[in-house]
Amino acid sequence: MPIRTVYKAQIEYLQILDEDGKLDEKLAKDTLTDEQVLFAYEFMLLCRAYDEIAFKLQRSGRMGTYPQNKGQEAAAIGSGMAAVKGRDFLVPCYRENAALFLHGLPMEKILLHWMGDERGNQIPEGVNMTPLSIPIGTQMLHATGIAWAYKMRKEDRCVITYFGDGATSEGDFHEAMNFATVFNVPCVFFCQNNQWAISVPRESQMASETVAQKGLAYGAHCIQVDGNDLFAVYKASKEAIDRARGGGGVTLIEAITYRLADHTTADDARRYRDEEEVASWRGKDPLIRLRKYLERKGMWNDAKQAAHDEKNKLQVAEIVKNAEGIERPSVDDIFDYTFGTELPAELQRQKATMRTTSLGQDPEQAGLHADRSRA
Amino acid sequence: MANLTLVQAINLALTQEMEADPRVVCLGEDVGKNGGVFRVTEGLQARFGADRVIDTPLAESGIMGTAIGLAMAGMRPIPEIQFEGFMGPAYDQLVNHAARYRTRTRGAITIPMVIRVPVGGGIHAPELHSDSPEAIYAHTPGLKVVMPSTPYDAKGLLIAAIRDPDPVLFFEPKRIYRAFREEVPEDEYTVPIGKAKVVSEGTDLTVISWGASITLCLEALDSLPEDISAELIDLRTIYPIDEDTIAQSVEKTGRCVIVHEAPKTCGMGAEIATIIQEKCFLHLEAPVQRVAGFDTVMPYYKLELDYLPDAKRIAEAIGQVMAY
Ligand SMILES: Cc1ncc(C[n+]2csc(CCOP(=O)(O)OP(=O)(O)O)c2C)c(N)n1
Ligand SMILES: [Mg+2]
Repeated sequence: MPIRTVYKAQIEYLQILDEDGKLDEKLAKDTLTDEQVLFAYEFMLLCRAYDEIAFKLQRSGRMGTYPQNKGQEAAAIGSGMAAVKGRDFLVPCYRENAALFLHGLPMEKILLHWMGDERGNQIPEGVNMTPLSIPIGTQMLHATGIAWAYKMRKEDRCVITYFGDGATSEGDFHEAMNFATVFNVPCVFFCQNNQWAISVPRESQMASETVAQKGLAYGAHCIQVDGNDLFAVYKASKEAIDRARGGGGVTLIEAITYRLADHTTADDARRYRDEEEVASWRGKDPLIRLRKYLERKGMWNDAKQAAHDEKNKLQVAEIVKNAEGIERPSVDDIFDYTFGTELPAELQRQKATMRTTSLGQDPEQAGLHADRSRA
Repeated sequence: MANLTLVQAINLALTQEMEADPRVVCLGEDVGKNGGVFRVTEGLQARFGADRVIDTPLAESGIMGTAIGLAMAGMRPIPEIQFEGFMGPAYDQLVNHAARYRTRTRGAITIPMVIRVPVGGGIHAPELHSDSPEAIYAHTPGLKVVMPSTPYDAKGLLIAAIRDPDPVLFFEPKRIYRAFREEVPEDEYTVPIGKAKVVSEGTDLTVISWGASITLCLEALDSLPEDISAELIDLRTIYPIDEDTIAQSVEKTGRCVIVHEAPKTCGMGAEIATIIQEKCFLHLEAPVQRVAGFDTVMPYYKLELDYLPDAKRIAEAIGQVMAY
């Protein structure tokens, strides 16, 4: 028997808008209209302003740990725009705020979350998403399950789930990819490869050359895109979503981007990465690129930029006011959402007394014996 | 002697054991170049190299499972799980393998390793960064579970754990990582696993606690009326429990309050109360009381101080037990 090749594979890389803001017209055909691009840029500006204020809130002690999204806005918005608000469903990690806002999440919710308030996770009725997911990699399985339910019920919609490069090391990622492809559910796996998982660079995280190729083993469609290129992200996401909805299979999209900020406000990236590397990526900032493109087309100028910066400042201030102005959560909330059925007796006692001591929970008994000891 | 925080004491113990024993390696997420997210392993990679202080891929099952293999093959791994909330993926490896290997191979294969995990609430952390899961692992046969409350004990217990022939879960109460300093001897020493410590002696009542709650118990004791003489016991080792120290104290005092952050139901307080009624029934003057977290999901940080036992709740429970 001769030796023969039983499997061959390749991963394509898609870029449409290059770092200088030059567009590949052919590839860009039938992607985004001028209005959509303008909208995306303006929305990115708003999200960047939001991100910067969130950072400042943490630094001034008004908010806890916050993971900045800075530099990854094109990945979040491009994919978010490809999904249909109200139809499709988002299962995020924590670094794609823009996609969540685009799909209707009230913007104060994310601040509330990082202010240590579960109401930040309380997604309003009709907004199709799960809240931020803290245990890395776990949410992709939920996305697969949700998509599976859509398939079972023959609903024409799909799920897009977000995660980082580091998350692809977790077993759950592989189990999710496998389930999704085995049951051919309408799910798109969107990896924001921002080159770092806290202090661990991509090259130390995995020995594979790309994240995208990990999906090949599961029989998924796989593509790598320039994650700072709105057009490429949109095009790949749109194709993946349409394919998923049509029963055509699961897609793993690897968006190459960069975490311009520290991992979170609790981190100090200077300890482990070179300033030159960061500097080289600053020039690839998706906002700079898109602005160049719009200016070249005569759709943007300094005056517009200044007006938007001003408007966004006010809008974000209002969002902060809403997040900070909310009444303190009730301590009853600690108990009341434990079950959908009546609280067990012990939990009712704990709630009524805010005690776990049995004497303190039973004032009569405590009082009785207090009397006795006094006598 | 040096005046060290808990973090520094742990770092010192790791440094000295790595120096003394080439089989010791540290592995985990961000433990190398970054020195750990709490800086517990700060400087270790620079000193011992990236082969012994290893940044792993982001995978807790991978960390725990490969540490088991390293231990089987004669190394002395010290895996770190970044926060207690991320023990989940590692649970299978820890509970179904690390804890059972000695028994199921009748001693042919053993797993000497120390799993370091920051635990507990009170630091305004994100979700799933504030739980207290010690009872789950005390309930797992084959695991030893340790939780120091002082820099001195942290160093001595960690060295004892590294030299122990079996898997030891070393829980580090993150709330007191840098809360205070203590004189810690330069030389290596061990604090025996399985021995509680009488922090302050008393005759009227015994308070038993561990980890970050010890500080709160001390605060509560300070607030008591002069005429109440309370004895405070720091369990230090969650499993195996030092039954003798507990029994001796409660036989003397006849009253006991147990304090822990973890939920009340099936928490370690339940086990300790049972030990007390088994060993000291005829000495008891009042029912044993627990001051614990509620039987709820650990709330996110706006409400965490309403959940966590504090000095006031502890003092109230002491008052009730004294009044009984
Ligand atoms: C299961 C689990 N392990 C560890 C952590 C701690 N942690 C939080 S974020 C992070 C790195 C995530 O990297 P990546 O997936 O690349 O996402 P990024 O933060 O870069 O967007 C780690 C290790 C966690 N949250 N969950
Ligand atoms: Mg990353």
